[in-house]
Amino acid sequence: MPAWIIPVIAPFIVLNVVVGLVTYVTLLERKFAARMQSRIGPYRVGPHGLLQPIADALKLMMKEDVVPTAADRGVFNLAPIVFLIPCMLIFATIPFAPGLGVADLNIGILFFMAVSSMEIVGLFMAGWGSNNKYALLSAMRAVNQIIAYDLPFIFSALVPVMLAGSLKMSDIAAAQSGLWFVFYPVIGQLAFIAFVISTLAAENRVPFDILEAESELVAGFRVEYSGMKFALIQLGEYAHVIGTSFLGALLFLGAWSGPGPEWMGPIWFLLKAMLLFLLVTWVRWSFVRIRVDQILALSWKLLLPSTLALLVATAIVVVWRYGGGA
Amino acid sequence: MAPPPLARVELDYSGGERLTMNMGPQHPSAHGVFRAILTLEGETVVGVDAVIGYLHRCHEKLAETLTYAQYPSIASKTDYVAAMTSEFAYVLAAEEIGKIEVPRRAQYLRVLTAELQRVASHLLWLGTWCMDMGGALGGGATIFLYCIRERELILDLFESLVGARLLYGFYQVGGVRYDIPSGWADSCRTTIDLIDQRIGEYEGLLEQNPFFLARAQGVGVISRALAEDVGIAGPLLRGSGVNFDLRRAAAYSSYQDFQFTVPTEIAGDCFARYRVRMAEFRESIRIVRQVLDGLPEGPISSRPGLKSVAQIRIPKGEAYARVEGPRGEVGCYLIADGSAKPYRMKWRGASFSNLAVLPHIIPGHKVADVVAIMGSVDPVFGEVDR
Repeated sequence: MPAWIIPVIAPFIVLNVVVGLVTYVTLLERKFAARMQSRIGPYRVGPHGLLQPIADALKLMMKEDVVPTAADRGVFNLAPIVFLIPCMLIFATIPFAPGLGVADLNIGILFFMAVSSMEIVGLFMAGWGSNNKYALLSAMRAVNQIIAYDLPFIFSALVPVMLAGSLKMSDIAAAQSGLWFVFYPVIGQLAFIAFVISTLAAENRVPFDILEAESELVAGFRVEYSGMKFALIQLGEYAHVIGTSFLGALLFLGAWSGPGPEWMGPIWFLLKAMLLFLLVTWVRWSFVRIRVDQILALSWKLLLPSTLALLVATAIVVVWRYGGGA
Repeated sequence: MAPPPLARVELDYSGGERLTMNMGPQHPSAHGVFRAILTLEGETVVGVDAVIGYLHRCHEKLAETLTYAQYPSIASKTDYVAAMTSEFAYVLAAEEIGKIEVPRRAQYLRVLTAELQRVASHLLWLGTWCMDMGGALGGGATIFLYCIRERELILDLFESLVGARLLYGFYQVGGVRYDIPSGWADSCRTTIDLIDQRIGEYEGLLEQNPFFLARAQGVGVISRALAEDVGIAGPLLRGSGVNFDLRRAAAYSSYQDFQFTVPTEIAGDCFARYRVRMAEFRESIRIVRQVLDGLPEGPISSRPGLKSVAQIRIPKGEAYARVEGPRGEVGCYLIADGSAKPYRMKWRGASFSNLAVLPHIIPGHKVADVVAIMGSVDPVFGEVDR
């Protein structure tokens, strides 16, 4: 086999798996939310609603593509793609098992953080190109919010990096073979909590979803999108949620370590990521949202100083325990 | 006068930029059809222009063409969330003019349904308010579904009593139309016990949540002076410290026989109004239990056996009857001229008067607070536009 086959096939497989996972995760969320609200959720389409995501995908593909007359066509059409690409790209660096990843970079975490912050560009393009006051308002809120929460996100993700001593994802996963970082006394738990809060905000999930505040801005920046473009935006959003769930599982929950044989590794990884996703969903369906100025105050005044303090504390702990070597 | 243009950005001489934005009439949280033209400076609202009338259905003219026996079923369509209230006001007005006696059993049944209706209406208020603050696809929807589930239980009770779930024709000049069937009292007791317990759970879910408190406390403060000045009533008034409840101040339909307290809060913000309504749940449940325990025997109407629609004639006279509805004072002013139809009927809509407070309290808040404030004012546009 020529050497260039693997780097072409591997991303293709990963992308397909990711897209399939994302569509079925929407079903998982709907069923979970339904049970929380004492109803059943999708039930009729396929056995227990299992074909519902397929039906949704077909429906979205068949819808008419409406572009507002006064919209900036180039920006409007390009925005979903610019939004989707970073959300897909983050899966490139995640190793699903030791050695089983598309690009297990030496600077894996850095790449993940940097690329996932780029979806804000696509988001703002969508809000601007729609030529709609509501969309613009929500896009501006989004820029505010994501910038505010990216820093605590990075700092809380840096805690496992410091504990493992490497930015490479498989190194971090390997360093947890003894003790998962979430169980690391005090620092691990605090970092995990800060990580979950920051990802909720960075992904525009309730209680931080002022961006799409359905009851105020009616779907926010995506209000003018229909059909396949809307599907792309949905895909990007859920892919980002899944991506950060995988990241959280890798950073804090030990990635692929778990009882059983070696090949069970990726399955454990998936289960842990789904656990994080369900945690995010659970929060989504329990809380009301807070106002944008309260969201920003929470980040700048509370979360950022505390994650910064946590980072310094981690540094002290690392130097003290490992004698400044590792 | 031409309506204001919808997309207009004015540049202020001081350098600030004002955006005129339209909220409604089609809007997931407009609580009906309501148009608020907001003038925004950034994210802060500096002006509110309320436009109503989208649901005007000429109730007052309709009342002149329908007889006293026909109109109570239509009266429920004004405040369709708390339908019993409007019927109550109308029949009270007619009975006051005609000096018609209402038997005690009928009075007690009226109190029973009015209080059950209050519980059902407040359940809808809680659900929609949380949904406005939390999103139709978020935590708010969870509480909405729980509250609707409880409201369905009360609507089931009404269905076995009256035959209708939402818009009843229960009240009648002289009494009520139906008597409670056998077994109804027991299922009513079980239902309100369940609701009592569930309200406690929802209070716990909400009040221990700092996000909810951040959205509701300090938002939309109505000062006591403003409350007394602008003519609002109901939980809005009681949330600002004014202890005024028509069931106490001008007791009608044997409310004086029952023991209940009138909940009042002094903060005047959305959280205070929330606390007032949550306490009103408990008080209404208390009244329902007392009614069921002390329901007297007797006829349910002093004008039973309605055979034709023109059977009830009210002599010449006029009266204004008011009831304490879930949203405030619902009043009906009736001028009778001796025939079977009124000469003139005027509704005092509780929500119509309550909406007058919006231009005073909204400016200064953010856009997100507008929804929270609208929800805590709890308007029903059937009542506003009639």
